[in-house]
Amino acid sequence: MMLKKAILYTFLIVTGLITLAPFIWMLSASFMADGHASVYPPRFLPDIFTLEQYHKLFISLNVTRNFLNSLFLSLIVTFVSLFLNSMAGFAFAKYHFKAKDKIFNILLSSMIIPAQVTMLPLFLMLKSLGLINTYFAIIIPGLANIFGIFLIRQYALSIPDSLIEAARIDGASDFQIYRIIILPLCMPILVTLAIFTFLGTWNDFLWPLIVLTNDSMYTLPVALANLMGEHTRDPELMMAGSVITIIPVLLVFLALQKYYIRGIMMGSVKG
Amino acid sequence: MNSKISAAYFFMAPALTAIFFFFFIPVIAAFLISFTDFDLYALANFSDTRFIGLKNYLNLFQDPLFWQSLKNTFYFVIAAGPLSIAVSLGAAILLNSRLVKFKALFRLTYFIPVVTTLVAVAIVWRFIYHPRFGILNYFLGLFNFHPIDWLGDPNWAMPAIILMAVWKNFGYNMIIFIAGLQNIPENLYEAALVEGANSWQKFKNITLPLLAPTTLFVSIITMIGFFQLFAEPYIMTQGGPLNRTLSIVQYMYQEGFRWWNMGYSAAIAFVLFFIIFIGTMIQFKLRKTSDLA
Repeated sequence: MMLKKAILYTFLIVTGLITLAPFIWMLSASFMADGHASVYPPRFLPDIFTLEQYHKLFISLNVTRNFLNSLFLSLIVTFVSLFLNSMAGFAFAKYHFKAKDKIFNILLSSMIIPAQVTMLPLFLMLKSLGLINTYFAIIIPGLANIFGIFLIRQYALSIPDSLIEAARIDGASDFQIYRIIILPLCMPILVTLAIFTFLGTWNDFLWPLIVLTNDSMYTLPVALANLMGEHTRDPELMMAGSVITIIPVLLVFLALQKYYIRGIMMGSVKG
Repeated sequence: MNSKISAAYFFMAPALTAIFFFFFIPVIAAFLISFTDFDLYALANFSDTRFIGLKNYLNLFQDPLFWQSLKNTFYFVIAAGPLSIAVSLGAAILLNSRLVKFKALFRLTYFIPVVTTLVAVAIVWRFIYHPRFGILNYFLGLFNFHPIDWLGDPNWAMPAIILMAVWKNFGYNMIIFIAGLQNIPENLYEAALVEGANSWQKFKNITLPLLAPTTLFVSIITMIGFFQLFAEPYIMTQGGPLNRTLSIVQYMYQEGFRWWNMGYSAAIAFVLFFIIFIGTMIQFKLRKTSDLA
């Protein structure tokens, strides 16, 4: 038993370190001076600790703007879609009429369609509206999403009807029921969906790459990919760029991981 | 009663309108565009578009680059899919063991790659795979392996991307498997223990069959996600060397948004959709037949 335990822990710790190794190296290299990460044998710690890569990114390359783009877009998309998805999810869970199940089934079965299919016409639509290379190009396709509606509906199903009926007898309007009863009771799933949406928008690459065409509009991942084209020989600079891209998502995740993990489990068990 | 229905529509309308205009209409439009010669000229003047029937699809089947992208993407899905699921299941079983403490800490560690930005970690891995200065070759060198030009060698580039994708994604399915494992009643294992079953027998006769619905779900979402391979090769190899990591989505992106052959590009997108659809159906079917057996 002792031996078995020792083997098990050794294995877990070694694989854990391997999993984290890319991040450790990234962080370490981001504090190195130019050229110090391009040596053999590789250095694992900076021999001179320097912030010059971060300085370069934020001052001469103006990544600050890209950082703020990402932050702004992720927050906007999260709030707007949370509002739209929660209203729809509530209606699908708590109102009963014939067309509802049909609409819901159409929505569910269309989840198999990959987003790439919609990208060409969406691009043309946004182009004819003059919205390419604007924030709207990111916000509009993110207004609502089927998975979000589904997640909230599953959760709202567990709210007892009697609660809603009681409120109705007390004279609450439908919107008051949504705002005063449903939203507070759905808070855990709303937090879950907020993290999903925030991280999804922050990490998204293909769509922003298509619709954002100018340096100052780029989100961080697009700016980073663009920077990579010019700095293939500057691992130190690119690692600093990766660090500032990853830190915000890591913070959001670490602070709210309980909700995130629960969301994955919920989507899988009931899906 | 009627006012209730109108309230329901009031709540659904914003989301459904958005989904209708920015999802369903584009899907239908893409389908129509795939039967036209929509290109750079049509982009300037929409009326320059002509209906050309199945020509885009027929051309696709004679396009060696398209076949190459299909081959690469299937290689990726068939290798990375089962591999990442196996790793996920292994990690989930280890972390579900009663012997292990600090479960949450290990789970968190394995999960971190999932939430981090794909573009950023692809850049990190690009340097890890560097033939001269990369830490991977350095470690392999400690065990007397010759350095490998991971991303520059046509035979190694796809395995390198697969390795990175497994590392990035296994944590997600691990969480789902842990949830599945916790649903298996403990007394089944106790009964097996009484009858003298060993670990492998317990795994084969209890864990695997009872996890089957979870495994089906995990296989389908993994397959759907992996068929959409894009950012990893875009960042790490740009589809090279010799187009050996060019994926379907990257080819669609190039045709549509670099050369503006949007009709052709829409056809590629629909082939991708068709493949994903068939793949999902096959998995459901396989599951059903194994249920009957």
